[in-house]
Amino acid sequence: MSTDTTLPVLKPSDFASDQDVRWCPGCGDYSILAQMKKVLSTIGISREETVFISGIGCSSRFPYYMNTYGVHSIHGRAPALATGVKIVHPELTVFVITGDGDALSIGGNHLIHVIRRNLDINIVLFNNRIYGLTKGQYSPTSPCGKITKSSPMGAIDNPLHPLSIAIGCEGSFVARSIDTNIKHLGETLARAAAHRGTSFVEVYQNCNVFNDGAWDYAKSRDTKADTTIELEHGKPLIFGKDRDRGIRLNGMEPEVVELGKGITEDDLLFHDAKGPEPSLAYLLSRMRYPDFPEPIGVFREVDQPRYDELINQQVEEAKQEKGEGDLAKLFRSGETWSVT
Amino acid sequence: MAIMVATSKSAKPCVQVEDATVRFCGDSGDGMQLAGTQLTTASALAGNDVATFPDFPAEIRAPRGTKAGVSGFQIHFSSKTIYTPGDRVDALVAMNPAALTTNLADLKPGGVLLINENTFEKKGLEQAGYDVSPLDDGSLDSYKLHSVEMTKLTRLAVEGLGLSVKEADRCRNFFAMGLVFWLYDRPLEPTLRYIEEKFGRRPEVAEANRKALDAGFNYGETVEAISTQYQVVPAELPQGTYRNIMGNTALAYGLIAASRLSQKRLFMAAYPITPASDILHELTKHKNFDVLTFQAEDEIAAMTAVVGAAFAGEMAVTASSGPGIALKAEAMGLAVMAELPMIVVSVQRGGPSTGLPTKTEQSDLMQAMYGRNGECPMPVIAASSPSDCFDAAQEAWRIAVRYMAPVILLTDGYIANGSEPWRIPDISTLRATEVKHPGPPENGDSENGDSFMPYARDERLARPWAKPGTKGLTHRIGGLEKQDVTGNVSYDPLNHQHMIDTRAAKVAGIADDIPLQEVDGPDSGDLLVVSWGGPYGACATAVHSAQLSGHSVSHCQLRYLNPFPRNFGDVLKRFKKVLVVELNSGQLRQLIRAEFLLDAIGLNKVQGKPFSVAEIETRVKELEESKNPKIQESKSPKV
Repeated sequence: MSTDTTLPVLKPSDFASDQDVRWCPGCGDYSILAQMKKVLSTIGISREETVFISGIGCSSRFPYYMNTYGVHSIHGRAPALATGVKIVHPELTVFVITGDGDALSIGGNHLIHVIRRNLDINIVLFNNRIYGLTKGQYSPTSPCGKITKSSPMGAIDNPLHPLSIAIGCEGSFVARSIDTNIKHLGETLARAAAHRGTSFVEVYQNCNVFNDGAWDYAKSRDTKADTTIELEHGKPLIFGKDRDRGIRLNGMEPEVVELGKGITEDDLLFHDAKGPEPSLAYLLSRMRYPDFPEPIGVFREVDQPRYDELINQQVEEAKQEKGEGDLAKLFRSGETWSVT
Repeated sequence: MAIMVATSKSAKPCVQVEDATVRFCGDSGDGMQLAGTQLTTASALAGNDVATFPDFPAEIRAPRGTKAGVSGFQIHFSSKTIYTPGDRVDALVAMNPAALTTNLADLKPGGVLLINENTFEKKGLEQAGYDVSPLDDGSLDSYKLHSVEMTKLTRLAVEGLGLSVKEADRCRNFFAMGLVFWLYDRPLEPTLRYIEEKFGRRPEVAEANRKALDAGFNYGETVEAISTQYQVVPAELPQGTYRNIMGNTALAYGLIAASRLSQKRLFMAAYPITPASDILHELTKHKNFDVLTFQAEDEIAAMTAVVGAAFAGEMAVTASSGPGIALKAEAMGLAVMAELPMIVVSVQRGGPSTGLPTKTEQSDLMQAMYGRNGECPMPVIAASSPSDCFDAAQEAWRIAVRYMAPVILLTDGYIANGSEPWRIPDISTLRATEVKHPGPPENGDSENGDSFMPYARDERLARPWAKPGTKGLTHRIGGLEKQDVTGNVSYDPLNHQHMIDTRAAKVAGIADDIPLQEVDGPDSGDLLVVSWGGPYGACATAVHSAQLSGHSVSHCQLRYLNPFPRNFGDVLKRFKKVLVVELNSGQLRQLIRAEFLLDAIGLNKVQGKPFSVAEIETRVKELEESKNPKIQESKSPKV
């Protein structure tokens, strides 16, 4: 553990490793990398106390490009590896970088368990709705009917929605951002990093080689005001170029309404990211294009006990209760006898 | 061999015997494991050498009274040094007909047979497949049969304590214990202490168990039909303080000791699996030793978390069995690439697939050696007995740290659940494994970590273990092939060859850092018996006995399976024949044949049971007496 109490003053470039970045030109990953370096240089953490852990896939090359400690591990297992790191050294800041296939397909089990345990790590899921590194098969977030190399007649799997999963596991910080919306992305990553407990951020990320334009509706300057809605805690859900539409609850169902004609802001759904029940966040995670604008921002942000703290607390409690471990005493526990 | 003595407090004649083997068997719910462990403790405290063998079904509670639900516990106690829980038993306690029919074959002719008569009614007999009660048809005449109404006598003994019939019947095992304790003149005090500790909070249950125990003991003393008491005098064990210990417990203690002496936190990640779970259970009891136990969502997560904790610079361990190790293989490959120290304990059980979860086998040696993709060598060592697990765990850690390598420690169900006296070591005699982490680089301008070479190697080819949190040593590792020294990702063909060769050479080099292979007996001769793991005791006993009969036979017990000790080839070649004894179809034999081009013979068995001494003795004598030196395969011993 560092004993230096002054915050390091670092530039984004200080977080760049000496390795050449090898994503395809035009890949959305570049923007996320740039924002990550920028965010880390502003939140006062040191390189040596930061660990980036990834699985397999295009996004998972990320740790190689960060001048921190890092492990490019095995497919889907980054949350498990991060668990080992964080339990033995809770003072480290740990990021898990993953993709839709890595996190939701081969690594689905680890993802749900790390979120339910609320281990204090930051997960960033690059969702490009395709398998890029293996050259273009459908992923667990690809829409039904998606034609790919492995689904020439269209994918027939129902897609998973990352945030619905994270909220289903009662994730304590759940957010969404978009690779090209760099201001929003930077702010979201900063809030995620500041959160204590598992933070889960889905980033809409464009794979310009195998699934170009998958998120165009949410990214295009022409449509994004109508197809996305920015969440702010305590504020009504309003969207549209002219901010003239909103989301209202009709019973348990959200509906799009036009403001005016007897409907005011007060009739709209107000976002509450801090409520103890995850139901509202879940409902928001089910708002999908084209029926609804898709929410971006922080869906849920609550304070919950953290696994890494609890497990270390138990060690401290055991020490207080039984005293610091004594090998001689341990070995002689139970019935003993002497041979002289 | 038996002599009459008069040291017992009993009024009845007492016969001194060198050793005795007793088996308790009954329904899974009859408390036979408890009865066995209590007799073990009592015998150990009486100064005997002891060895135990619990044998239970995979089902927690198979239907009552069925053969599938029979659970047994065998204990061998002796006035001499012993290595096995005994082949056939001198006394058999059968709590019901199913237990009798499944265990009777192991009772020596003339042996003592204690039966709970109350269970020998129509339904129980039918379930065990008896048309006629064996108590009535004379089929048990060749044994010293004592048919005792244990259920009835237990109920009588606990009468008036306000227990339900069901609760009263649960005390039957204490009655059986009491009877056996009398039969072998064992002290009751340890069991009375146990009852107080375990049931102290329910005084009526504690009292009932005490009464049942006394009732059994007094029954032995009073009933005329039981005419003789047996006595096994203390063994001459080396001086010291002893306790009884099971393999899994000893292994957990070894891990704790290793972590303390290395001043490391001990991180243990596991997913519950028979017969390895007790290692996890034991460690969770000792969190005050800075032990962090993580019950992961699956085997894969457990192994991967171990890699993470190793990367973070602490002592990381997982324990599993064959099916779990199969799932861990991927992350074990990462561990080999990452070149980080950690321990993977494999407590072997019957396979393949789910196989025989509660039965012992040694069929995962090849899995340990080769069960990963790519050229992926891992050091492999094996424990030989329950108490040896303590030393083996520390040795695994020593190798892991010195060679920056994940180490596989093999045990098996027989060792894991078996127990024996353990001479408690003096802490000051334990060897600490020194761990060195590089500190921040001295020249300030390399603070960004660019000058740190994570795959630079020392004289043992081990790379530095840089801990996250250390300034100036930031680096990235992963499963992709990497350039030597820098650790950067590399697809260079010659570098890949170099790295494959280097990882192999590193593991092979461990041979220079481990003891030479010892031989029990003359270092050359007609026959060398080679064993590893659980069969150690049976082999040692069989070979000692053959040596006494004048046979030219010696024994090698291997601790180190990868790499082999560097003199092992020479040892093998000094004998005319080599017999490899293992509970599989010949896995070590294949390795020996491949490595040393030597025509080793196998004695193999996969029946979910350990070798008996007799099986090995028979084979040794056959080979010794055969004129033809070219005997090839041996058949599995008959059931």
